Amino acid sequence: MSETIQGIEELNLTRKDFVPGNEVRWCPGCGDYSVLANMQKTLPVLGVKKENYAFISGIGCSSRFPYYMDTYGFHSIHGRAPAIASGVKLANPDLTVWVITGDGDGFSIGGNHMIHALRRNIDMNIMLFNNRIYGLTKGQYSPTSLLGKKTKSSPFGSVDRPFNPSAVALGANATFIARALDVDAKGLQESIKRSQRHKGASFIEVYQNCLIFNDGEFADVENKATRPDSALFVVHGEPMIFGKDKDKGIIMKDNHPKVVHLGEEWTEEDLLIHDETNPIITNLLLEMTFDPKNPTPFGVLRAVDAPTYDEMLVDQIREVTEIKGKGTLEDLFYSGDVWEVK
Amino acid sequence: MAKKVISINEATIRFAGDSGDGMQLTGTRFTEATAIVGNDLKTIPNYPSEIRAPLGTLAGVSAFQLMFGSQRVFTPGDLPDTLVAMNPAALKVHLKDLKKGGTILANANAFSEKNLKMATWEANPLTDGSLDGYTVYSIEMSKLVGKALENSDLTSKGIERTKNMFALGVLFWMYNRPIEPTEAWLRKKFAKNPSIAEANITAMKTGYNYGETTEIFTTSYAVEKADLPKGKYRNITGNVAVAYGLVAAAEKAGKELFLGSYPITPASEILHTLSGLRNHGVKTFQAEDEIAGITSAIGASYAGDLAVTTTSGPGMALKTEAIGLAIITELPLVIVNVQRGGPSTGMPTKMEQSDLLQAVHGRNSDAPIPVIAAQDPADCFDCAFEAARVAMKYMTPVILLTDGYLGQGSGPWKIPDPKKLPKIEVSHPDSSAIGEDGFMPYARDENETRPWAIPGTPGLEHRIGGLEKENLTGMVSQDPENHQVMTDIRARKVENITQDIPPSEIHGDTKGKVLVLGWGSTHGAIHVAVERARAKGQSVSQLHLRWVSPFPSDLKTVCDGFDEILIPEVNSGQLALLLKAELIRPIHQLNIVRGEPFRASEIEEKINEILG
Repeated sequence: MSETIQGIEELNLTRKDFVPGNEVRWCPGCGDYSVLANMQKTLPVLGVKKENYAFISGIGCSSRFPYYMDTYGFHSIHGRAPAIASGVKLANPDLTVWVITGDGDGFSIGGNHMIHALRRNIDMNIMLFNNRIYGLTKGQYSPTSLLGKKTKSSPFGSVDRPFNPSAVALGANATFIARALDVDAKGLQESIKRSQRHKGASFIEVYQNCLIFNDGEFADVENKATRPDSALFVVHGEPMIFGKDKDKGIIMKDNHPKVVHLGEEWTEEDLLIHDETNPIITNLLLEMTFDPKNPTPFGVLRAVDAPTYDEMLVDQIREVTEIKGKGTLEDLFYSGDVWEVK
Repeated sequence: MAKKVISINEATIRFAGDSGDGMQLTGTRFTEATAIVGNDLKTIPNYPSEIRAPLGTLAGVSAFQLMFGSQRVFTPGDLPDTLVAMNPAALKVHLKDLKKGGTILANANAFSEKNLKMATWEANPLTDGSLDGYTVYSIEMSKLVGKALENSDLTSKGIERTKNMFALGVLFWMYNRPIEPTEAWLRKKFAKNPSIAEANITAMKTGYNYGETTEIFTTSYAVEKADLPKGKYRNITGNVAVAYGLVAAAEKAGKELFLGSYPITPASEILHTLSGLRNHGVKTFQAEDEIAGITSAIGASYAGDLAVTTTSGPGMALKTEAIGLAIITELPLVIVNVQRGGPSTGMPTKMEQSDLLQAVHGRNSDAPIPVIAAQDPADCFDCAFEAARVAMKYMTPVILLTDGYLGQGSGPWKIPDPKKLPKIEVSHPDSSAIGEDGFMPYARDENETRPWAIPGTPGLEHRIGGLEKENLTGMVSQDPENHQVMTDIRARKVENITQDIPPSEIHGDTKGKVLVLGWGSTHGAIHVAVERARAKGQSVSQLHLRWVSPFPSDLKTVCDGFDEILIPEVNSGQLALLLKAELIRPIHQLNIVRGEPFRASEIEEKINEILG
């Protein structure tokens, strides 16, 4: 750790270094502003040189993100950011690669790239802005919109069952999954830090309010007054406690999570302990997402170590080269049966 | 009885059998032996798209044809002189192509009642006299290998499988080819299973000796060495040549090679070849789909690699949007399309040249792109090298068109001296590129190309993307005047490549009655047809285009020297359409779409028709 801190001092980066001169053009009051600010605040303390960041995005409101970061950036085409980012990382493994995407970009048109980037475990950070709506195309339901949602393209209510993005990430065997809230600076910064330090494909789902087309979608957790009783912030190794007075917790009852009140009948000892490395716990937390009887979980839901594709590729190139020797064009051209015409 | 050896100039052989009979392998081994003898040659495989169609059926027939000669050979031959038919279905499918009076070598044991019925023969053609116009060698191959290998460890099924080596042995004798290279190859291939190697070698020798000793064969043929330019040669398929060309270009540019690709027939061998070259530093990424194949390559190019994606028609369709992204971001990228029959899934294992318009124009908006087309398997090396060079010099994606015939067909390749391959100059800006107004990611050099500034370079942080950018600054811009400027620059950038295209080389006179103009894999058939026409005294010349976008700058002048222009294409007239617009004059067309290359005779007939 001391090395990293020394590194950070040498780099001497501040938030300003990540703010380019151009004007940010999201709607006033959009949740994206908070995510951007927290990204710009967090990166300077992570010990990575500014020129080694590459922000890759697809299409959608959130995908304008790279234009607002003074780093290398690539605003690409709809849904393809994880695939482009894969090429960037494999071409230059020294880069720190971020993918910025949304629920339409990442889980509708780009769903295939998303699951494969996660399963391959290429070292990159994928941040999904989930506002449960298509914003840039002005208000159609997305693959994360809830059933019954009335939008421009579902005037009688959506009959399209939604994805739970973090659960899809778990299904794709992602090695790091976090969920954060646009208005929660602390949670965002923690997720960004942990994600970037994680080796492998990291997935951060950000609940983000779209003021124009889906305002109030996450009201219960966005509102400071109701948040303590609607949100569960999990910490590895600690019991699952929530509530304004820290008086509620989660137990396992009949193989399902259940909210209990701490007091005479239940104590902290009875509560489930969060374990980032246990997919059963992660799955259990994700099951709570759409259940009105349970709080919505946030924090680092999963973090496990696994070999990364990029390292394995580099290792394979090194190993094969050690065994066969560095290939030359001469070797290659003469690798078949050769004859000479004199 | 001493057997006669007749000297011939050229021969065309077709190996045909069930898809499980190993015909591709048999053909390839014959090809290697023929190459070693020093003949010029061309080959073409012809196999079904099913991996194992039902045994013995017409649908399951797999074939391999080669032509070899003591003179230059430009095509795998029109009609075979000799047909190897391992079963009745193979004979049924291919007999119609055999030259009149040609030779048939058949495995008599396979002509059972059941197999005959499955191949829709009413009676056994080997015995009912229907093949009287041909020289038929009906040999009990299965029985003979069974006897020769009765003491081997192999199962009876395993022994039966060696019958292709028996047939190969007979042909080695018949055409005086050495068996030693195949013997060595078998020992190497089955190093872990010596009994299989030995059984196959025995089967091959049994076939060879059968030709030598039995009295049914009276004659064998000798084909002298071809008069090829001096140098060292090896046989190569177009797909392997593309792979090698890319590796060479990467090395000459001092770049790492990145391939993003999704498996597709008939392009997969490029992925296979490159994935085996880790010790050359080659990074291959088998993507989740065609789109990820190209977009990962675009990402790798952005980060500074020589990036490539390989595919065939349906994959090109899927990559279309991303090609537009590479065009607007002005990133170097090589896109290889090994064309096949279409539309849609079409005929995956058959060749066609019908993706030309897709390559040149098939994108939303004005999205110009350079397109280069290889003309024979060895030329695939040069075209891949050139495509990569141009991509990096002009900061643009480049499409390389080959096809299933080039990709899977083979011919001798005069191995270039690696030291003499030209160096590819590539430069990446550093912080010295920062001017008073900061770094300009869309600044222009004399060719109007922008700098290739790669992530990791301090001070040059900038954003690119699919949204239109302001020239010079690279800021997002929806300004009307700027869009005009950028659209014009993108067109001129491609047009500028004409300065790298050497003057057109005309085969024949530079002025005359008919110019046969082609592109891609029709080169050989056109060449042969033009040669024959010229030998008859007809005023015919050939021009074959490598760059089909942009056209060479002297194209109109060259065409003006001829009264008539004929364009033979394995499509419904795509180059003709482009050239009618370019030259504004009538053009004769010869178009076939049978999933097969032209026969030279078809082009010859068309020339006769034009000359009246």
